Amino acid sequence: MSEEANIEEAGKEFLKGLWKENPVFVAVLGMCPALAVTNSAINALAMGVATMFVLICSSILVSLLRNAIPKQVRITAYIVIIATFVSVIDFFLAAFTPEIHKELGAFIALIVVNCLILGRQESFASKNRPFLAFLDAAGMSSGFTIALLSIGIIREILGSGSLFGFSLFGASFEPWVVMILPPGGFFTLGFLLLFFNWYIQRRNKRNALIAKSEV
Amino acid sequence: MNELIWIFISALLVNNFTLSLFLGLCPFLGVTQKLETAFRLGLANIFVMVITALASYALNTWVLIYAPYLRLISFIIVIASSVQFVEMAIKKLSPELFKALGIFLPLITTNCAILGLALFSTNKGYGFVEGLVYALGAGGGVTLALVLLASVREETRLSNIPKLIEGTALNLIIAGIISMAFMGFAGLFGSH
Repeated sequence: MSEEANIEEAGKEFLKGLWKENPVFVAVLGMCPALAVTNSAINALAMGVATMFVLICSSILVSLLRNAIPKQVRITAYIVIIATFVSVIDFFLAAFTPEIHKELGAFIALIVVNCLILGRQESFASKNRPFLAFLDAAGMSSGFTIALLSIGIIREILGSGSLFGFSLFGASFEPWVVMILPPGGFFTLGFLLLFFNWYIQRRNKRNALIAKSEV
Repeated sequence: MNELIWIFISALLVNNFTLSLFLGLCPFLGVTQKLETAFRLGLANIFVMVITALASYALNTWVLIYAPYLRLISFIIVIASSVQFVEMAIKKLSPELFKALGIFLPLITTNCAILGLALFSTNKGYGFVEGLVYALGAGGGVTLALVLLASVREETRLSNIPKLIEGTALNLIIAGIISMAFMGFAGLFGSH
């Protein structure tokens, strides 16, 4: 394989997670944190970064150990690796940002059972070189963070009239409280998916029309 | 006794695991096409939750007071192995029940509601009986949410729905409305 093709392939592994195979919007994985901690943008960002750390570290480690882990016990081995890194980030956040740690609560610990992370180990990291596994993990977790952040921004603006804690509309704004309550999470993600469906359908229609006129 | 009823109702309705804590959403959206399977999955959930409550109580009392930093790892391993054990036991004792539960039993290991239950009941400092009641309430709540969504989805299949909204978007919006109804329980028993 030539050098150029290598770079192109590597870029593809990174980019696919951002949009085409976005874990939340397309694959609908990792829903629990995507809805539970996105009542403000800062919580969403913290969750995204914590997940990114765990996913990247465990992908690299699983990829390095991919020939050493026996097939029969691989899931257990992945879970132990993931749980180790989650413990690390849990104690790290508790020590350096106690406020955010308190806000996110048990959801930091629940990163262990985020199906996105286990899914990437099983379907990618265990079959590829560490460098590719790193790119895949970085892309997927960036896509995850972007999705969380966009849900968090929408919910915070509508639900408390602020963004990253800064008030946007002044005192006269009547916050749409339901958006920061649990139903708001379901609604926001539901309507975002609806919007993407609409966009994709429109684009497909347009492409079909263009193809037709060219014929 | 009153305390126990509070814990049960709180886990069942007010702080429903699926609808207000967002735990166990994967099966909630994934296996609610049919009422029958949704109900069975709910029962399997209750079963595993009760076992997890027992196991996490044992771990907390005998192991984790010496090594609190091992909490996460030991919980997940105990949950995974107890699900495996339950699976083998059911297979041996009642093949019919095993067949009925099917793939759902092993999948429960990676269900965040189970680990969530262990973590929350540890954080709240529940003892043996309280933990057991909490597990029953939480499992009942998950079952309730699964049955509710499955019933609505069975109805939607008969109606004329725009193609655009079909699928996950529709399910999420339905879930949002059910969750809104559950918000009505907030404030029951004060701040409990």
